[in-house]
Amino acid sequence: MAKKFRVLYYVNQFFGQIGGEEKAGVAPTFEAKTLGPALGFNGLLGDEGEVIGTIICGDNYFNENKEEALEYIMNVVKEQKPDIVVAGPAFNAGRYGMACAGVANAVVDELNIPVVTGMYVENPGVEECKSKAYVVSVADSAGGMREALPKMANLTKKLAKGEEIGLPEEEGYIPQGKRLTIFSDKRGSQRAVEMLLSRLNGEAFETELPMPVFDKVEPAKAIEDLSKATIALVTSGGIVPHGNPDRIQSASAQKWGKYDVSNIDALTGEYYTIHGGYDPVYANEKPDRVAPLDLLKEFEKEGKIGKVYEFFYTTTGTGTSVGNATKFGVEIGKELKEAGVDGVILTST
Amino acid sequence: MKLELRRIHIKDIQFGNETVVKDGILTINQEELVNKLKEDKRIKEVKVDLARPGEKVRIIPVKDVIEPRVKIEGEGNGFPGVTTKMAQVGSGKVNVLYGAAVVTVGDIVGFQEGVIDMWGEGAKWTPFSKTYNIVVDIKPVEGLAPHTHEETVRLAGLKAAEYIGEAGRNIEPDEVLVYEMGSHAEESKKYPDLPRVLYVEMLISQGLLHDGYIYGVNSQLILPTLLHPNEELDGAVISGNCVAACDKITTYQHQNNSVILDLYEQHGKTINFLGVILTPELTTLEGKFRTCDYTAKLCKTLGADGVIISEEGYGNPDSDLLMICKRLEKEGIKTVLITDECSGWDGMSQPLADTTEEAVAVVSTGNVSHVIKLEPADKVIGDINAITTLAGGWEGCLKEDGSLQCELNAVIGSTSEIGYHNCTVKLY
Repeated sequence: MAKKFRVLYYVNQFFGQIGGEEKAGVAPTFEAKTLGPALGFNGLLGDEGEVIGTIICGDNYFNENKEEALEYIMNVVKEQKPDIVVAGPAFNAGRYGMACAGVANAVVDELNIPVVTGMYVENPGVEECKSKAYVVSVADSAGGMREALPKMANLTKKLAKGEEIGLPEEEGYIPQGKRLTIFSDKRGSQRAVEMLLSRLNGEAFETELPMPVFDKVEPAKAIEDLSKATIALVTSGGIVPHGNPDRIQSASAQKWGKYDVSNIDALTGEYYTIHGGYDPVYANEKPDRVAPLDLLKEFEKEGKIGKVYEFFYTTTGTGTSVGNATKFGVEIGKELKEAGVDGVILTST
Repeated sequence: MKLELRRIHIKDIQFGNETVVKDGILTINQEELVNKLKEDKRIKEVKVDLARPGEKVRIIPVKDVIEPRVKIEGEGNGFPGVTTKMAQVGSGKVNVLYGAAVVTVGDIVGFQEGVIDMWGEGAKWTPFSKTYNIVVDIKPVEGLAPHTHEETVRLAGLKAAEYIGEAGRNIEPDEVLVYEMGSHAEESKKYPDLPRVLYVEMLISQGLLHDGYIYGVNSQLILPTLLHPNEELDGAVISGNCVAACDKITTYQHQNNSVILDLYEQHGKTINFLGVILTPELTTLEGKFRTCDYTAKLCKTLGADGVIISEEGYGNPDSDLLMICKRLEKEGIKTVLITDECSGWDGMSQPLADTTEEAVAVVSTGNVSHVIKLEPADKVIGDINAITTLAGGWEGCLKEDGSLQCELNAVIGSTSEIGYHNCTVKLY
């Protein structure tokens, strides 16, 4: 028989049978036993896996001393070497949910060990960790324990054995927010016609793409004296030095590049576009059409602006995920801020 | 208009001494085809190759796919306004070599060309792994400007399809599909109680490798325009090899536009299908306002109750898609949108570049950045190294053993926004 997979269990003081609210301040401890829900959970794993022990921590202690609590807990995880960590279920207990989420994020981020937990959909812990852990959707009180544990155990088995995880509604977990491409049994046009017919007949229909929610960015304050300001040039128009030395992608960029432009008066001549989302002919003739270094340098000479920042930053915008774009923006923004840049000309295509 | 698409089922392809169809087997005289294409002095060299479903063959970089056909009755054989003289298409009889496709490859023009795998994992992701493909590899003379290069390749593909289509002229079809629809007045009289439905087909119209053509007119130059659905099924609209491979509407997909076909199927049963509005996706804000307002006005004037809108490409055209949706919904016209999404390698990013609360009914045809692994091919037609510069590829995505990793971006027709393929997205 195959070796049993090892589960490490996390519970709070109440489910760890230490006590109620009055014991919420207790520091974490580890017991090589199946305590509270870990006992029933262990039974559900059958011959395939076993709970090797339970970590118990007071909810107040965790939330008020997160660093210390996590240091202890992570040490236990490292020593015990579980295949998977299970926390909760926390139902609608906010502090317990946040503790489960804190443990889940640390275990996934630092050790890349999968985590299964259970929470009521409105528990604040859900938003904290749902993208990293599998959060089984459970009732709002401990009365839902009997329903919660089998779902959590099923997911645990699948994860431990490396099996494919099904849709959230099939497996009972709260969507992690991953949009995965799969095959439908009908082509897209057929699905569109059926959806339209449902709408026209006043029948129920379900969109395949709920509209995204956008961040709102407050504009920075105006620069009061441009003649003293350092201005940087940043583009998502795919303008790079000839030969594309950093191999930035023509679509769906995974990186950005920065190039010293302190000694040139224009991009024309040394730069071209690798952007896959527009007609490149005119940009290749004159890349300053996309990223106007030529004009900025003129303004610098005329004293209209104080200085053009010595590095030019660039990436490709077409098909680039917002996740990557956000990362690039934070990284580039940090560099510019540290360099004392006052303003940025940011061009697309 | 009444159009008969008379399908001759092609069951195999081979080279031979003449270009003929016999017992479902398409034979091609390679030399004659090459000479025909080399009549264009801008073409230096042509190679022709065959790829059958199931063969361990990879085709790259693919520019366009075209269905070989011949019109045996009625005006407008070929592609009027492009390869043949102007004619009003949409009526008559067309013999179709159904199951065969001309696929153009050759020196890369831009980054929007793609991959077709005829077998295994890759075959699942493209509808053109199921066709018997005649691959035409075109090498132009040196020194052609990019726009001329693109045009040369585009015309060569269309001509190849016309030449091969001729082989079907006197062959009895296996199946005859009839598409008939009268004037709006006639159809409304026949089906007074059925909801009136329009199809808005957006065409990217943004320069080299980003244009569509209608009777030879670059879609950049038009105001949104109404077509009888038969016109598109009969060769009025062709691809300018545009946009990322995954969601470019190839000429083949215009000839067999799946939204038109699926709406036609319902015409007279559940809906009264009014026709197709072709809408250019322009780059300027003014252009977007003009075309979106104009499209909404056409839909309203024609009395549509419901509209299906399909996008081509992604990014800035997402705005056009949602602007049209918003305008129509405000007029009380119900919409369904078809689009793909850019949710990143991990699927965790927001899927569109724009948003509007009116877009309540959307069909998703896949994440263009979904990464797939393709095993090595026994034979590559074209140039495998192109993958590192194509949209959807990257430096290092081609492994030493010939296997590759790429985004769906690079796979022809994988996330077709006219819903030609079966991909969709689920939230996990």
